Amino acid sequence: MPSNPGAHVHPMRRPDPALLEGLRARIRKLDGVALAADGGPGALPLGTAAIDDALPWGGLPRASLHEVVGDGASADGGNAAAAGFSAALLGRFAAATGAPVLWCRRGPGLYGPGLTRFGLGPERLVVARTGSDAAVLWAMEEGLASGALAAVLGETETVSTTARRRLQLAAEKGGTAAFVLRSAHGAPTSGVAVTRWRIGAAPGFSPLVPDGRDSGGVDTPRWRVELSRCRGAHPSGVARNTQDGARPLGAARHTQNSARGLSEALAAWLVDWRDEPTGGFTVVAELRGGPIGDSLEPAPTHPRLRHAV
Amino acid sequence: MRLVAVSPAAEAAGAHPGLPLAAARALVPGLTIFAADPAGERQTLENLADWCGRYSPWTAVDGTAASAAGLWLDITGCAHLFGGETALLEDLVRHLKEFGFAARVALADTPGTAWAAARFADAPTGACIAIPPGETARSLAPLPVAALRLDGATVDELSRLGLRAIGDLMGLARAPLAARFGEVLVKRLDQALGDKGEPISPRRPPPAFRVRLAFAEPMRISADVARAFEKLLTELCARLELAHQGARRMEFTIYRLDGTCARAGVGTSRPVREPAHLARLFAEKLARLDAGFGVETMTLAATAVDALAAGQLDLARDRDAALENRALGAEAAAARLIDRLGNHLGPGNVVRLLPQASHIPERAFREVSALAQPEDASAHAHVPPPAPRPLQLLPWPEPIEVMAPVPDEAPVMFRWRRRQHRVARAEGPERIGPEWWREDVNELSSSHRVRDYYRVENADGRRFWVYREGPYRPGVRPRWYLHGLFA
Repeated sequence: MPSNPGAHVHPMRRPDPALLEGLRARIRKLDGVALAADGGPGALPLGTAAIDDALPWGGLPRASLHEVVGDGASADGGNAAAAGFSAALLGRFAAATGAPVLWCRRGPGLYGPGLTRFGLGPERLVVARTGSDAAVLWAMEEGLASGALAAVLGETETVSTTARRRLQLAAEKGGTAAFVLRSAHGAPTSGVAVTRWRIGAAPGFSPLVPDGRDSGGVDTPRWRVELSRCRGAHPSGVARNTQDGARPLGAARHTQNSARGLSEALAAWLVDWRDEPTGGFTVVAELRGGPIGDSLEPAPTHPRLRHAV
Repeated sequence: MRLVAVSPAAEAAGAHPGLPLAAARALVPGLTIFAADPAGERQTLENLADWCGRYSPWTAVDGTAASAAGLWLDITGCAHLFGGETALLEDLVRHLKEFGFAARVALADTPGTAWAAARFADAPTGACIAIPPGETARSLAPLPVAALRLDGATVDELSRLGLRAIGDLMGLARAPLAARFGEVLVKRLDQALGDKGEPISPRRPPPAFRVRLAFAEPMRISADVARAFEKLLTELCARLELAHQGARRMEFTIYRLDGTCARAGVGTSRPVREPAHLARLFAEKLARLDAGFGVETMTLAATAVDALAAGQLDLARDRDAALENRALGAEAAAARLIDRLGNHLGPGNVVRLLPQASHIPERAFREVSALAQPEDASAHAHVPPPAPRPLQLLPWPEPIEVMAPVPDEAPVMFRWRRRQHRVARAEGPERIGPEWWREDVNELSSSHRVRDYYRVENADGRRFWVYREGPYRPGVRPRWYLHGLFA
């Protein structure tokens, strides 16, 4: 090696930018998050910087499969928060594209007047009720492959790996975002989904929120949003390009997170849904994966996110 | 018990309809009897009327009298398809004979004359009587007055006066006839002669657009049926295009060798006349259509049509669905997707949730099939509810055990589906009164009572919509229900 590294830079040190971009595109394609074919935006931002920064694409990729998992039993009505978060995502996709969205589920239960606050009015939302889980998947695949919709959501407890692959392929074919909404009690998943979100309800008042801010009443939905899987994201810093070097998943941090009940999460936030003025997510606290999360010391004594009533 | 109908052999032996069973047995020893089945006969006749759709879309069951039941077929403009009127009648009689029916068939200018000729003309069973145009009066004249579809009393009275044949009535003045025997006689006479129109409702409304394909040899293989279907579809779409129409509903009927028919129908959310799209909608229904012993004839009809301007280019015939949809434009592509979903899952299962003007939460929206004509959104100007509404509404309000301070405060604790929930925060009450102006609201229905709704949040942050039924009354334990889940 030469004594002065500045004089002769090794050719390997300076990669060709075009080559690098080509390789990145190939990786994205393998990951199933290829950018839109026409070069348009391949991902839709969620509209809140904290979450968008955590996603390597600056938002949710359109032509790919996402999974939203509720942390309660659906028989117990525990999936309402996950359904609400999904509805909000669908509403964003519908508003951005101007196309309708399709919600496939077995049986009735969705309440029209309650969906409008998430931007899913009757002109935007088509509900397909099916007789079986297989028919839910069929309807999803039809909807995705048609390319006529902004997004397709299916509520089903059992999605085999084959079914996931089919959905992912259909999503790529139609350039449509696919969401699978299920409860945590569903079959364990192997990863085909590009992102997986775990959603739970959160009390309106929480000591984790920096200034102890209230959500503003019962009527403001507040969710604990965990990004538990994200293809192409670094496990510790998620996707954030930190200049001071990515911090490895430290032991102390691990303990802290498991104490908060955030076991496998890559990142987690407390998110409010505000109807005014146009409807959008507001991150009120970062529970993990960012500067706010780090500054949240000491960790709450209670093992779960709750407060004394 | 009396005889309702008799076979030719029994008739020859002396039995006739109306004869008491005991007398008939005495008259004809060894008489085989079967219980009458009017409902079954009616059903058979209706099936036969459907089958006759292979000759004409306009068929009806003649229900004037149970014993003289028959079928009407309006074959105007259809006869040339079978090689002329006589050929059509012969084909019909031959088929009916194969099915085991002895039929008398008559063809005339007016339904009344055809009815009379079929039942009273002097011709053997199985003969085809075709009364040539313009010969109506001459053919009717020798027939008995009963051929005018009159009741027995009138016929008896006419015959007492010596008016036995229709020809006897033709020369008489109408006014005295009507005064003496009632309007019906004159009306029937005029209808038979064609002086007065006789509207008969067809069994199924005849479609405006219909194409038909008959095969020399019955077709058994479903692949052949599918190919023939494509041919029909192309033909029908071409005709729709000429008329600047698009189909909203289509019906494909196969007429099987054994006299049965099977149907497959599809509906679309907007007028369509593109064969490729319609073929996709029909594809899975065709697979379920059983060719049975063989298909003789098939028809494809557009049973509901709407105007559709010309000019839709068929650029994307051989490309895949996604590309085709991109060429079509988003709105049309979405309509096609809805067509496919609706025809697979059932039109009532692909819905939009339209708001409806009602305070009662379970009536505040209605499900409208997405296949239905998209209604004007401004017609349902959405009035935002006075308070937030839940994301999910339970199919029925579920009773919950509640601890709440009296007289009317929010719950402190409640138990739902075997789980205890401690209420951390609550909003309310929002009082929703019954809709007394609706007729189905009565003392017994649950929507009769006033409901006080509370939005409550439990310690975990889960949010529920609960209500107390009826106002607080001292000494009466209030009933509480959980009605919905907030996101």
